[in-house]
Amino acid sequence: MSIWEYANPKKFMQTSEVLLPWVTGLALVCLVGGLFWGFFLTPDDYKQGSTVKIIYLHVPAAIMGTSAWFMMLITSLIWLIRRHHVSALAAKAAAPIGLTFTVIGLITGAIWGQPMWGTWWAWDPRLTAFLILGLFYLGYIALWAAVDDPDTAADLTSVLCIVGSVFAFLSRYAVLFWNQGLHQGASLSMDAKENVSDVYAWPLWTCILGFLLLFVTLVLLRTRTEIRSRRLQALLARERSAA
Amino acid sequence: MIPDLGKYAGAVLGSYAVSVALLVALVVVSLWQGARMKRALAEVEARGAPAGQTATRTATRTAGRIGGQGDV
Amino acid sequence: MTALFLRDLALAVRAGGGFGLGLAFFLLVAVLVPLGVGPDPVTLGRIAPGVLWVGALLACLLSLDRLFALDFEDGSLDLLATAPLPLEGVVAAKALAHWVVTGLPLVMAAPVLGVVLNLAPGGYLWLVVSLACGTPALSIIGAFGAALTVGLKRGGLLMSLLVLPMYVPTLIFGAEVVRRGAGGLEFGGALVFLAAITLGSLALLPFAAAAAIRVNLR
Repeated sequence: MSIWEYANPKKFMQTSEVLLPWVTGLALVCLVGGLFWGFFLTPDDYKQGSTVKIIYLHVPAAIMGTSAWFMMLITSLIWLIRRHHVSALAAKAAAPIGLTFTVIGLITGAIWGQPMWGTWWAWDPRLTAFLILGLFYLGYIALWAAVDDPDTAADLTSVLCIVGSVFAFLSRYAVLFWNQGLHQGASLSMDAKENVSDVYAWPLWTCILGFLLLFVTLVLLRTRTEIRSRRLQALLARERSAA
Repeated sequence: MIPDLGKYAGAVLGSYAVSVALLVALVVVSLWQGARMKRALAEVEARGAPAGQTATRTATRTAGRIGGQGDV
Repeated sequence: MTALFLRDLALAVRAGGGFGLGLAFFLLVAVLVPLGVGPDPVTLGRIAPGVLWVGALLACLLSLDRLFALDFEDGSLDLLATAPLPLEGVVAAKALAHWVVTGLPLVMAAPVLGVVLNLAPGGYLWLVVSLACGTPALSIIGAFGAALTVGLKRGGLLMSLLVLPMYVPTLIFGAEVVRRGAGGLEFGGALVFLAAITLGSLALLPFAAAAAIRVNLR
């Protein structure tokens, strides 16, 4: 009986090994390039002064914080339906990344808000929804950590992710209802009149792409670690039972 | 070289500092855990036979910390 | 299913099974908040809806980890899982028992505590209505959380971490109903959302909880 019970992990390891250098390189180029562009080469906003530069961190982090959870939702569903181990481990790997992005979004949001709204933390609907999403991430990570058996952990966390998604979605709208909010309207929507002007938009999209590529890089890296970890546990279990 | 940030210098530099620090920490921790796991796995794979106590315990601890406990 | 429901009720009421615990906690919250916040009646009146709702949330949490854990430990959960009654029905019956023992007393005690917190006169009816609509959601969401953590030692704290974020929509809409009702504002939308969340949870969460229990019983 082969320890690599499933072909998929092996294929994942091989493919990710090839991809990783390229994705990492691209991520670095976009992220560093985008941040440099935004920080050094864009003018100040007449209303917000130089704080507009925070947008290059806050918006991409916020977008990726939500997207990461969405990716976890998809991979959790794939695990439950197709029992594809790599999928479950990818969800596990993505969670701390999503949490970090969410925290960055919250901190930059608070810092940005301070000079603009005069307060360090305003219970603005978007920030509040983010805070709640952060709590969902914490719960998900904690559940993985608390359950010993990896398959049981994968099953339970997948169910949590799915149910949590529904409630996170509901919270978003509850919070909007609860507080009409100080947040500016969607600055990147395609047809809003009040669009972020082009001079900011280009570096912003670059940063968003950079964050996305960083996410992909880290998920690939961390999933490889998770796969190795499972193989290690299997080998050790085999050793222990043979001893 | 740093553009004149005016009165918001603290806020802007602060947010960049915190965000970059968090991102760097995330990357460093991920790389470190990856390297450690790779090492532990290689160690156990090289053995093949029932192992001595120390090696098993180290590898178990490593696996436990990374594999079993997730990472924040 | 009725038998299971009655059995859970009996267990909760008899074995010092925390019957009064939730209620006592609710009372404590209502007493501690003014002590912490100061006796100014205007302030208290303004925060009363929220405090009462948060108190209800926390009081519900207290008795939740007992929901499946006791049966899991003595093996009766295994029996229930293999019984002819579907596991979803088991979950629903237990959640209902939890609500009768914990949620319902909260609904009834709330007006009294509203007095202590200087709730505006218009708010009392809506306090009772919103709690009546919302506490069943708290019980079933809590049952889901309990199902996820049933196998774990000291799962109680983890369960709270999992369940409290899921309580947020119910909390927000519930407290809004009371606040707007007390202030004479339009609250219909909030009440509809509250009821929708409760009904949706009651319909769907038993399946999720049953799935979690089956995983934990493997």
